[in-house]
Amino acid sequence: MNGAFAPFRQAVRRDLLLAARHKTEVITALFFFVIVVNLLPLGIGPDQDLLRKIAPGALWIGALLATLLGLQRLFAPDHQDGTLEQMALSPQPFTLLIAGKIMAHWLVSGLPVVMVAPLLGVQFDLPGRSLAILTLSLLLGTPILSLIGAVGAALTLGVRGSGVLLSLLILPLYIPALIFGAGAVEADLAGLGIEGHFSLLGALLLACIVFAPWVTTVALRVALE
Amino acid sequence: MSTSLINWFKFASPASFYPMAGRLVPWFSAAALLLAAAGLWVGLAIAPTDAQQGEGYRIIFVHVPASWMSMFIYCVMAFWSALGLSFNTRLSGMMTSALAPTGALFAFLSLWTGSLWGKPMWGAWWVWDARLTSQLILFFLYLGFIALQAAIDDPRRADKAGAILALVGVVNVPIIYFSVQWWNTLHQGASVSMTKAPSMAHTMLAGMLLMALAFWAYTIAMALIRVRCIILERELTSEWVKKNAME
Repeated sequence: MNGAFAPFRQAVRRDLLLAARHKTEVITALFFFVIVVNLLPLGIGPDQDLLRKIAPGALWIGALLATLLGLQRLFAPDHQDGTLEQMALSPQPFTLLIAGKIMAHWLVSGLPVVMVAPLLGVQFDLPGRSLAILTLSLLLGTPILSLIGAVGAALTLGVRGSGVLLSLLILPLYIPALIFGAGAVEADLAGLGIEGHFSLLGALLLACIVFAPWVTTVALRVALE
Repeated sequence: MSTSLINWFKFASPASFYPMAGRLVPWFSAAALLLAAAGLWVGLAIAPTDAQQGEGYRIIFVHVPASWMSMFIYCVMAFWSALGLSFNTRLSGMMTSALAPTGALFAFLSLWTGSLWGKPMWGAWWVWDARLTSQLILFFLYLGFIALQAAIDDPRRADKAGAILALVGVVNVPIIYFSVQWWNTLHQGASVSMTKAPSMAHTMLAGMLLMALAFWAYTIAMALIRVRCIILERELTSEWVKKNAME
């Protein structure tokens, strides 16, 4: 455990340290999430019943957009100063290093969203049980967003207009996570079981953990050529 | 066996593929025209009027083959992408990017004709049916692929990045389809069903198959024309282009 995963832990530690030195970036993404979710009631109207109904979808879409913000800077700074190239050339497994970077991205952009979600859910007048389910679904789902997003970030690395392009590539691929994540709360409100949604979300997460870092590495090697 | 292998490798080179593609284009174009004429004649003149849907159903002869082609072309693109990534062949990437615009066109055509068909039949231009939604997402995937390739200047990198995206997309299409289907059944209960009447007249089926073959021939002709342009563009400085193709 200690030896094999040392590069992974190193990469996580390094990116977390970098994030801690640039706190504003992290906080900006979080506030972006809060503001987007808070704008929805202002656009739709203060009808409590309606808001309760759209709350899971609103929070999930806010989480998707907030993840996208951080993704643009997942590899770009390291690519610019040559660190990424050194990582690719180093004797450590590149995939593990990249997995560490993705993990750090989730800790910095996904986890704060999960922790703020219950608070925003209260604004939408969600009952306690739904709040718990929503938070759990975000906890399972936001790593998927970081993992799939990393593939897109690697593909668009150093490309013209990469920010907009990244959204175009990645958002359609987020649909299954969005459906099962937001659907879990609605299924519970409708009296259906939530096991199905959570199982599928978990299956997606496992598939992404296995494949996404590897595909990201392949895409990064293409970008570094 | 060995001769066929040699031929494959021979035509994997742009220099020998270029003239062969040029010879094939007129044949496939003619086939597309003839088949489309036959298919439209069968579909619009011969096929009987539908008992429930009247004459309006006749858009099926464009709609269904276009949907088939849009899905099929994405699979073909994924096939070429896998080939290109594993064998590092240049032509594979060119074929993938040559197919993408036609695929996007068919996906759009399928959505458009579907909405024209939906208005008189369901009373709405758009319903959140699983098939419609996943077709729309397929269209987005095509646009993403084209946009990614257009944004990368180095053609080799564009090919490889596009190949990775096409493969990621082809893995995701079934997941998206089933998730959307489940999402839909959860929300609407009995949703609008697009399944055809079980007893479809033989002439209807014949018309649809003829149109599908026509679209197939059209796709091949268009892809070959486009791949010839891509080959010329990329190999402009090479000897064989100066010698043969520019005459």
